[in-house]
Amino acid sequence: MDNTEKTSDHGRFNFAYLDEQTKRMIRRSLLKAIAIPGYQVPFASKEMPLPYGWGTGGIQVTASIIGQDDTLKVIDQGSDDTVNAVNIRKFFQKTTGVVTTEDTEAATLIQTRHRIPEHPLAEGQIMVYQVPVPEPLQRLEPRSTETRRMHAMADYGLMHVKLYEDITHFGKITSTYDYPVMVDERYLASPSPIPKFDNPKLHRSKALHLFGAGREKRIYAIPPYTNVESLGFEDYPFELQRWTQACALCASTNTFLDEVVTDDEGGHLFVCSDTNHCQRTQMIGAGHDS
Amino acid sequence: MYVAVKGGEKAIHNSVQLLNAQRRGSLATPELEVEQIGQQLRLAVAKVMNEGALYDPELSALAIKQAAGDLLEACFLVRAYRSTLPRLGYTVPIDTNSMKIQRRISATFKDLPGGQLLGATYDYTQRLLDFSLLDQHDPQSLELGSHTDEKVESVVDIFNKENLLEADVPLPGDPDPIDITREPLHFPADRPTRLQNLVRSDEGFLLGIAYSTQRGYGHTHPFAAEIRFGFVSVLINPEELDFCIDIGDIEVTECQMVNQFAGSKDLPPQFTRGYGLVFGHQERKAMAMSLVDRSLRAKELGEPIESPAQMEEFVLSHSDSLESSGFVQHLKLPHYVDFQSELELVRRLRKSAVEKTHG
Repeated sequence: MDNTEKTSDHGRFNFAYLDEQTKRMIRRSLLKAIAIPGYQVPFASKEMPLPYGWGTGGIQVTASIIGQDDTLKVIDQGSDDTVNAVNIRKFFQKTTGVVTTEDTEAATLIQTRHRIPEHPLAEGQIMVYQVPVPEPLQRLEPRSTETRRMHAMADYGLMHVKLYEDITHFGKITSTYDYPVMVDERYLASPSPIPKFDNPKLHRSKALHLFGAGREKRIYAIPPYTNVESLGFEDYPFELQRWTQACALCASTNTFLDEVVTDDEGGHLFVCSDTNHCQRTQMIGAGHDS
Repeated sequence: MYVAVKGGEKAIHNSVQLLNAQRRGSLATPELEVEQIGQQLRLAVAKVMNEGALYDPELSALAIKQAAGDLLEACFLVRAYRSTLPRLGYTVPIDTNSMKIQRRISATFKDLPGGQLLGATYDYTQRLLDFSLLDQHDPQSLELGSHTDEKVESVVDIFNKENLLEADVPLPGDPDPIDITREPLHFPADRPTRLQNLVRSDEGFLLGIAYSTQRGYGHTHPFAAEIRFGFVSVLINPEELDFCIDIGDIEVTECQMVNQFAGSKDLPPQFTRGYGLVFGHQERKAMAMSLVDRSLRAKELGEPIESPAQMEEFVLSHSDSLESSGFVQHLKLPHYVDFQSELELVRRLRKSAVEKTHG
């Protein structure tokens, strides 16, 4: 990460846009976040050339840690080609000139919104999450003065009551994404709004997971091999989403599927949300056939 | 067979081309010059400087041109640019008592030392469309505003010789103010921190919150003791020198609001203050700011906190147009994955509900 005041090809802005002082400030927050898994570290989030709510937290984290030897992958909803992922990838191409990739395995740094890739992550890889609402208790208690106290005292009764009320109303826990997790048996954390399908991928993951919330000005982390437990009760444990269909393109049965409307008669089919994984599986399938 | 959508990059490129073309409009009309915006849309420029948090009329005018007149978008451009600027140092506090005044009014005293100076204002115009502006005729002569070089003491200082108004004292120990551009907002926030947030806050939001205090949601009985607009000098005091250097003038609007206060168990009845200060000529914003400032002092003055305008976390967390505009509009981003998860849940819940009624 020796980028000291090197400029991009364009020379108009510093490497990765932010000035070195700001990057150091963010790195200090990241180190604190890694030292206290799941704890939300406040940081002096900067205005970025992309709007708040569109990935500024993740962008600032990536900008602070990216080096010239990194290989960057950017996904949104599992796809490398949605407009916001394209825009963020272009931003880093322009300001850093680093190599980018769509291949999960080839990436050293993966910035994501709403998904964890299907291909298992490896040691040395860093996932950077764009987080809209870092505080898992915010929708139950909007005052940060109160939620900070709850975290300090590990007082998470409010969340357990919410899950219990789900069960009494609906017979099951109805959180389907942004499903709350307990990190390292201490801090309740929001896994950013990934679908709960992806929650188990966080548990004892080999990769480092960094979460940046620009608008709410918070950073938190899940270091490699950390215990991450999705909340549940003994008689109503955490449940995974399942599909009865397979992917219409690659025939996978163990991936997160998006529903695609195919006609105006209500016809629909299901395809992998992770486009890179889907293409690879299709290629492998084609190889076997020939 | 459906094939996963490709071509985001090309779509973005085409969208930007179209945006530039629409901003320019018909080539039959002359292109808008940044200088024209600076000269003829000065109030828009002032808004962008305030909410963009950067005193730079030229770049603010450029932002207005680039944003095709969308002032929130222009504020965003200026703020993002501001992130790239190094912090060279801090100025000494500006002295608004030494303002070169272009306008100064008081609603609390009929006449006062220094006098009332109306200056340029829309206040007493009849809001009738001036159709003569449809034709581009420069007037025969332009009467440019004048200002008084005389030092005019603030009304509240004159007023306070009787001690009817609370003293304007710094926080205990007079600590350096927190710089909200370098430290995240943290609650409870002290008054200097709150005021910094209010200057940058969205004018419409601030106006609505201020208005709510006049309709019973945290009444503060305000009086506009003084509103002044003009130039103030900006001074820096470099460490190695024992004197200040004048680095230029900026235009500011200041509002001193005084509010009736019944007193509490610690304080006798007296008038309290609400304060507003903004770049450029922005009276509406300065007044709204001073009302909201006073409301947010509820805890300090021992008033019950019952209304949104008194709740600092509610006001300060939702006042910034970059934050609110960004997050509201992020709903345009794809949410296929979350929506898919909810879709699956609703189908399952409906299925079990149907089974229950039929079973």
